[in-house]
Amino acid sequence: MSRYDVEAIRADFPILQRRVGQYPLAYLDSANTSQKPQQVVDAIAQHYLQHNANVARAMHVLGAEATESFEGARSRVARFIGAASPDEVVFTKNASEALNLAANTLGSRLRPGDEVVVSVMEHHSNIVPWQLVCERTGATLRWFDVTDDGQLDLEAAESSGLVNERTKVVSLAWVSNVLGTVNPIRTVADWAHVVGAVMVVDGAQGVPQRPTDVTALGADMLAFTGHKVCGPTGIGVLWGRLDLLSDLPPFLGGGEMIEVVRMEGSTWAPPPHRFEAGTPPIAQAVGLAAALDYLDGIGMDAIAAHETDITQYALEQLARVEGVRVLGPGADADRGGAIAFTLEGVHPHDIMQLLDSRGVAVRGGHHCARPLHDRFGVQSSTRASGYLYTTRAEVDALAEALDHTRQFFARGRGSARRSRRRHSDAAVGGGA
Amino acid sequence: MNVEDLYQEIILDHYRERHHSGLREPFGAEVHHVNPSCGDEITLRVALAGDEIADISYDAVGCSISQASTSVMADLLIGRDIDDAMALYDEFLEMMNSRGQATPDEDRFEDAIAFVGVSQFPARVKCALLGWAATRDAVARAQTAETQSSETQTVDTQTGETRAATTDLPTPPQEAS
Repeated sequence: MSRYDVEAIRADFPILQRRVGQYPLAYLDSANTSQKPQQVVDAIAQHYLQHNANVARAMHVLGAEATESFEGARSRVARFIGAASPDEVVFTKNASEALNLAANTLGSRLRPGDEVVVSVMEHHSNIVPWQLVCERTGATLRWFDVTDDGQLDLEAAESSGLVNERTKVVSLAWVSNVLGTVNPIRTVADWAHVVGAVMVVDGAQGVPQRPTDVTALGADMLAFTGHKVCGPTGIGVLWGRLDLLSDLPPFLGGGEMIEVVRMEGSTWAPPPHRFEAGTPPIAQAVGLAAALDYLDGIGMDAIAAHETDITQYALEQLARVEGVRVLGPGADADRGGAIAFTLEGVHPHDIMQLLDSRGVAVRGGHHCARPLHDRFGVQSSTRASGYLYTTRAEVDALAEALDHTRQFFARGRGSARRSRRRHSDAAVGGGA
Repeated sequence: MNVEDLYQEIILDHYRERHHSGLREPFGAEVHHVNPSCGDEITLRVALAGDEIADISYDAVGCSISQASTSVMADLLIGRDIDDAMALYDEFLEMMNSRGQATPDEDRFEDAIAFVGVSQFPARVKCALLGWAATRDAVARAQTAETQSSETQTVDTQTGETRAATTDLPTPPQEAS
């Protein structure tokens, strides 16, 4: 394999040339959303400018072209994740909708006494839909805890019989969006399958970073989103085993998802269209296919190796900044690209703001994973996350900006206690 | 936009030494408010004495802007006439929505003038309003409790109109979650 050429990759992403004030942009928020290469934007533009029409129902040339592109994108996604057939790929608007689709359709089988298992490290999108469906059906929601180093606590789960004959669904993140933990999906899927439960995997962070093979993973359903794999917003994917999907009721009702509609009742289209009511995200599917072409052009193995390299480097650099504490797995663990940390004495929102003033884009808050933050006894954290285009120089900018942040908030601290100020010396416009 | 405009010394001073922090007795109402986009939280108590806010105390976690704003607010509103305090809330809100254009009266705003800098950063306006909105809510509830009203309604002290005894936090741009 030729050497990974991060500069050549960056040339495809015009936004990475941007400056923020006097600083070059250091975009370290890819776990939130990835940037888009020119190729993806061009594919979407080309679709709208030359091939735009509705799919499936328009019979003219443009309709045929748009349908071919849209269904071609479905095949492209199937190939990217190792699905047995394009019919196993359902397009949604994002990963959250994909998980809601899974929860609501699987929820039709839940009864009081049944159990659904998630983990405390899940994104809210993989907690709340299950809470809602459990509330509605009388099923019980249970969850894996994590160990202090941010790994799924398999031992505690095993000894407490977390996955048992009452378990109907287990739904876990493949890669944590906060800690970067890579969960042992295969192991848990085997537990689930022994008791006849369905294994749902939230791949929002895993699919962008790692080569994906749904069979090897052990999933029965896998959710992910387009905008984190260099594709557009507005499109997500729910992959499901065809025999499972065929057995599930519709999610949303409307056009495209039906077979025959009569006023007395209707019948449903087979998967995947059963789950795609209304005009789907057509241009977004075209963009997603272009994004997957782009990633495969570089190679997901190479991208995963780069992610590991840049994450290790970031962990080393963060370890040098005074007051930084990284949450979750350390450098010796197999881990994903999200690095959540705290900086002693400075709130994550303030860290984010100071870093932003130096062109370093990170996320501060609970990253839609509040139960996980509660578990670690912190109110919130700052998260840096790189991707295929991230450079060591950007990580250096992060470390320098963090040092600056620490000093900024330490200024004046430890000096004589100030009296309360009501003077104009620090008033509006008095700042530097 | 300069980050120094955001983090003025007044704000950092109040962040380091939060005035009136820690829950106190007695109180007429206690409320709990959160900023769902970042998880900042405040539990706040208000004690009324006649037409006056006798005390405000709180227990809060959050960023420097939300903490400093609550500290400054408690300094400003404790001992103030309720109607005037609610008028000041409205003026503060107006300043926070000014995108840095307001020129607040220093004699009236005291340390709160520092927050005009925050209004240049729309994503942080919500932080500055957390404590204020909690206070407004708590005052309304304390008034309701005092009038022994069975229904949860109170009379808006500004307009005289009747409304539910909860306050809506104004909604600047939200972080995705």
